[in-house]
Amino acid sequence: MIRHLLSGADLDADTATQILDTAAEMAAVAGREVKKLPALRGRTVVNLFYEDSTRTRISFEAAAKRLSADVINFSAKGSSVAKGESLKDTALTLQAMGADAVVVRHPASGAPHRLADWVDGSVVNAGDGTHEHPTQALLDAYTMRSRLGRLAGLSVAVVGDVLHSRVARSNVLLLSTLGAKVTLVGPPTLIPVDIAAALAPGTDVCYDLDAVLPSSDVVMMLRVQRERMNDSYFPSAREYARRYGLDGPRMGRLPEHAIVMHPGPMNRGMEITPEVADSPRSTIVEQVANGVSVRMAVLYLLLGGNNR
Amino acid sequence: MAYPSAAPSSPPRQPSVKVILTSADLQRVVDRIAHQILEKTQGAADTVLLGIPTRGAPLASRLAARISAFEGISVPVGVLDITLYRDDLRRNATRAVGPTQLPAGGIDGKRVVLVDDVLFSGRTVRAALDALGDLGRPASVQLAVLVDRGHRQLPIRADYVGKNIPTALAESVKVTLVETDGTDEVRLYGEEAR
Repeated sequence: MIRHLLSGADLDADTATQILDTAAEMAAVAGREVKKLPALRGRTVVNLFYEDSTRTRISFEAAAKRLSADVINFSAKGSSVAKGESLKDTALTLQAMGADAVVVRHPASGAPHRLADWVDGSVVNAGDGTHEHPTQALLDAYTMRSRLGRLAGLSVAVVGDVLHSRVARSNVLLLSTLGAKVTLVGPPTLIPVDIAAALAPGTDVCYDLDAVLPSSDVVMMLRVQRERMNDSYFPSAREYARRYGLDGPRMGRLPEHAIVMHPGPMNRGMEITPEVADSPRSTIVEQVANGVSVRMAVLYLLLGGNNR
Repeated sequence: MAYPSAAPSSPPRQPSVKVILTSADLQRVVDRIAHQILEKTQGAADTVLLGIPTRGAPLASRLAARISAFEGISVPVGVLDITLYRDDLRRNATRAVGPTQLPAGGIDGKRVVLVDDVLFSGRTVRAALDALGDLGRPASVQLAVLVDRGHRQLPIRADYVGKNIPTALAESVKVTLVETDGTDEVRLYGEEAR
């Protein structure tokens, strides 16, 4: 088993499948009388969040607690980081406190990789800059597998702000390892040149959403990062929504079985209309529930045994 | 010119393997345990059989099939994976988690019979009892094993035992079943075969 989970590329097909299979067993715990397992009793998981996050942090916290680990939440706001402590010094502090795993979210791409060199415990990347977010990719893959029954051979369209999306990067890496075919869709300004070839051979790029929809099993809408809207990546929110937003008529062009995903938080009316987001085809709420199961699986497989 | 041959090497030691139960023996033992369960539970009312993977699961199904053949009643069968409740998780590489399947009626208020192939240290059963406690509240819990080989490390005993096999600690008992291994047999391996 791997020691850290930093990138979607850390996982080969067997390991990724093992995580998804384990997550399926972990999901059963949510329906039980006692929603707790003793597997990580006495282990300490630190959530080290340098960026705002609700669902990812809560999801990791719930996952660690369901496995009986002790959880310490550390957010940069109101901490020693606000006083200017470096990432390395913070890491050494956590190390001294005996953290068995550090779940880190950081605005700088690559921060978790650096952290992995400084601490003895396992490091889980919970999102670094515009780089990667591997547990999101795992929960997306889990959701696709449980809705559609398989991953190999699926056509997945990842639509929107690929340039700034760590979700997109991790998904391309993981999904291509698991045999799905990914097409990146969005305005040319938001899809880096050569990204498809750089991430995974076989990945396509298309600038026309309507051309991709009829042959897609999964449409994954990415959040348009509103804070970047003034950077002239596209002329206006309305134009973006008209060309790349998923609305009812567009959803009607999808095959019967196709599902619509979104990593959240959504901009309703921008990349996705409420009609689509609340339709039975949308897996958005499921993705949140599956996130806990998948993160339980990741924490168990990283910390459950003697893998040092 | 021929070199003088070296001292004759001792013949390769055959690992000592002893068949304890043949396929026919195993069937008879399962039949007997099925009868004992019926006897001790007054007809297996409100009884649930839970097999502990790997080989407890097919054994539980076989017991249910035999009980059904003898008395025409169907006893609910389930599978109880105890991986996450083991006390040696940290001493080994991460173990794969298997499925736990409880019968539709659940286990609350039922008489649960845990089924496993070999009873040894008792630690598996301890883990199974902990797992049961998190899944519900059975009225009572019993234990059925194909083989009891002794060397208990915890105060645990079986209610139904297929065969008691006195063993040395260094020996090992291996149960194979058609469902999991292709053949029905119980074998005792000597120390050197491990």
